[in-house]
Amino acid sequence: MSINFEAFQQHPFYDEMITPKGNARSYARKMYKFLAEMDPAELDNRQKGAELAIKQMGITFRVYSKEEGAIDRAWPFDIIPRMIPRKEWNQVEAGLKQRVQALNLFIDDLYHDQKIVKDKVFPASVLAKSVNFREQCVGVNPPLGIWAHICGSDLVRHSDGVIYVLEDNLRVPSGVSYMLENRLVTKRVFPELFETYSPMPIDDYPADLFDTLASLSPRPGDTPEIVVLTPGIYNSAYFEHAYLAQQMGCELVEGRDLVVQDDNCVYMRNIDGLSRVDVIYRRIDDLFIDPEAFDPNSMLGVPGLMRAWKAGKVALANAPGAGVADDKVVYSYVPEIIKYYLDQDPIIPNVPTWRCMDKESLDYVLEHLAELVVKPANESGGYGMLIGPASTKAERAEFASLIKADPRNYIAQPTLGISTVPTVDRGKVEPRHVDLRPFILSGKNIEVTMGGLTRVALRKGSLVVNSSQGGGSKDTWIVEE
Amino acid sequence: MLSRVAETIYWIGRYQERAENTARLIKVNTNLILDLPKGLMPDWEPLITILGSAQLYHERHPEVTERRITNFLITDESNPDSIISCLASARESARTIREIMPRESWELINSMYNNALDNKASSYARQGRLAYLEKIMADLQQLIGQLAGAMTHDRAYVFLNLGRKIERADMTTRIIDVRAENTIPDDVPELKPFEDMLWMSMLKSLTAYQMYRQSMQVRIRRDEVLSFLFCHTKFPRSVSYCVDNMRYYLSTLPNSEVCLKHIETLNQTLDSSVKKTSDNPALHQYIDKLQIQLADLHIDIARTYFPEHV
Repeated sequence: MSINFEAFQQHPFYDEMITPKGNARSYARKMYKFLAEMDPAELDNRQKGAELAIKQMGITFRVYSKEEGAIDRAWPFDIIPRMIPRKEWNQVEAGLKQRVQALNLFIDDLYHDQKIVKDKVFPASVLAKSVNFREQCVGVNPPLGIWAHICGSDLVRHSDGVIYVLEDNLRVPSGVSYMLENRLVTKRVFPELFETYSPMPIDDYPADLFDTLASLSPRPGDTPEIVVLTPGIYNSAYFEHAYLAQQMGCELVEGRDLVVQDDNCVYMRNIDGLSRVDVIYRRIDDLFIDPEAFDPNSMLGVPGLMRAWKAGKVALANAPGAGVADDKVVYSYVPEIIKYYLDQDPIIPNVPTWRCMDKESLDYVLEHLAELVVKPANESGGYGMLIGPASTKAERAEFASLIKADPRNYIAQPTLGISTVPTVDRGKVEPRHVDLRPFILSGKNIEVTMGGLTRVALRKGSLVVNSSQGGGSKDTWIVEE
Repeated sequence: MLSRVAETIYWIGRYQERAENTARLIKVNTNLILDLPKGLMPDWEPLITILGSAQLYHERHPEVTERRITNFLITDESNPDSIISCLASARESARTIREIMPRESWELINSMYNNALDNKASSYARQGRLAYLEKIMADLQQLIGQLAGAMTHDRAYVFLNLGRKIERADMTTRIIDVRAENTIPDDVPELKPFEDMLWMSMLKSLTAYQMYRQSMQVRIRRDEVLSFLFCHTKFPRSVSYCVDNMRYYLSTLPNSEVCLKHIETLNQTLDSSVKKTSDNPALHQYIDKLQIQLADLHIDIARTYFPEHV
């Protein structure tokens, strides 16, 4: 008996596999039985087997510490898959497509006529203070009118059982390689589960990504030369950059491998000279991609890249400037954005959000700091947040003054009771909190991954799922009911 | 193919071969202990001299002992040429070109390094050391086989092999040099028979003994051994074979004229002067000459194909 039933029964959260009465949800019955019958020692063995496999496969991520510098850590993984029934997923998938479609229309509008601002649906004052709005992109027409070709949206399920969108990552979202590798690890560790379950396959992602990128080529008809541009080996997501290049059969390049010539075309430096590049899947932030256009001190970028992109000689994915919609204040307007461009109601709801720039909301937030989660508009990785219920008085005072100094930069949300999934902790199965990051590809078609990357807070009671801060991940299964 | 990738994979070839041959060097010297008559001990100092790391060693170590030198050459991560550092460098390099290497090979390179690190304590004493080194050599041989069998033999493979063959040619000359440094004193006639035995020991360390026997069909004699290791055209660890192999790989690359000139020079050196190395000082000079010519070849490979380093 490996399942710690007590932990699930006195549990104020929604568990994705086990009901408050301690029974299995309908789609998880066989998994539940399998786990319940497994001896704790055996379960522990499987977990160790997974860790060994991950070490052998070299699945790593980089973390930084002042003492040790950049170190390569094995990817933390929990062996029990997170399951989502197919029917529910179909809804989520439709909701994500709707969302990304609206966001792309929104970005394109912001860099052209700004109709949404003129129609007073989206305030000019928010746009004026957006740190990710790029003047350099105004008037540019990227291929197919799409700016965010690869989007990773973070979803959570609240204790009311509803799935909400927590944020959209439209700059350089990462994690998809881990999603793919997690499935391979699960196959090594729990082969017998695949006899009873057939989770929807996910392995066509690299091919879909390739097709999406190829559809952007400025030289349609030819076989396009696609490259993945990485900041290099010290980047925390380097593993993923190399992985995706390898899976797509593309070159993995660094800034110094590329050069923009007088014809505004981008070339890579080969052993026998230069050859032209058509599409760049860039995994470098906007501000570093071109020292000519942005940060002149950037050593990572390629001088002239913006010039080449504006001239339509090379496609960049995601397009520079796409991050303007990747702002937590903009996030709070997404329901209005969907309504404005598509004339539809959002299929997946937003988490209710107070914008501190509104006087009334600001007052409310300052009064209720102890209950709320406060987030800065443009941070990722869980940094710079205040989690009210877990905060000290001093931390709240510090945040109150931060918010008052720059209200536009903060939003607040109720503290969510995010759902849990059974997770192995020293031979016992206990509930741990999870989120989900599906990936949405937008080219000629919109494709959503079957599931996504489930991140799990491995520490008991913790809500932080980021791998740099004690989080791990799980394989995610979309299953028939 | 990207210049940067060409350079990276060339260095993977070099690191891999350097790790393997450093292991062989240490094996030669460790075996000499068994073969030398009582009272004569092999000298460990020549190893660091020949590998070009004597200065670094002496900055850190007050004395030369077998234990200190072998640790320095096998497991010392602060010595950039130690076996463990070569494996680490090969791994870091392989990580930057994972997209062109078969997945299994990356996993092998990764686990090779992890194993070497996890078991390094077993290399400290003489009895565990040979097994430790042999495991590394076997793993490296497996990697070579895997790459030969699973990687497309395109330009990446050409650069991998250029790196391996230039390093191997260089290291074979260094291994001979180590042997030549450990000589039997001339003034003790009863030790004379050991001289040839020592050459045999070296052949065995290079896994060359059987092949030597087959092809030379004479008893082990210094001059024949040297001629075999320098000039035999079919034995894959001979300098001549490596040079010929590089000539083939270079000829498949664009703009290789300058590099091919160096190959000609090397071949002339190999053809003409091996017979003139009857004593050890002359042998040492000859080896120096070959090493300089190999270094010149490296410079022009880098100049022709790799990114400029500013």
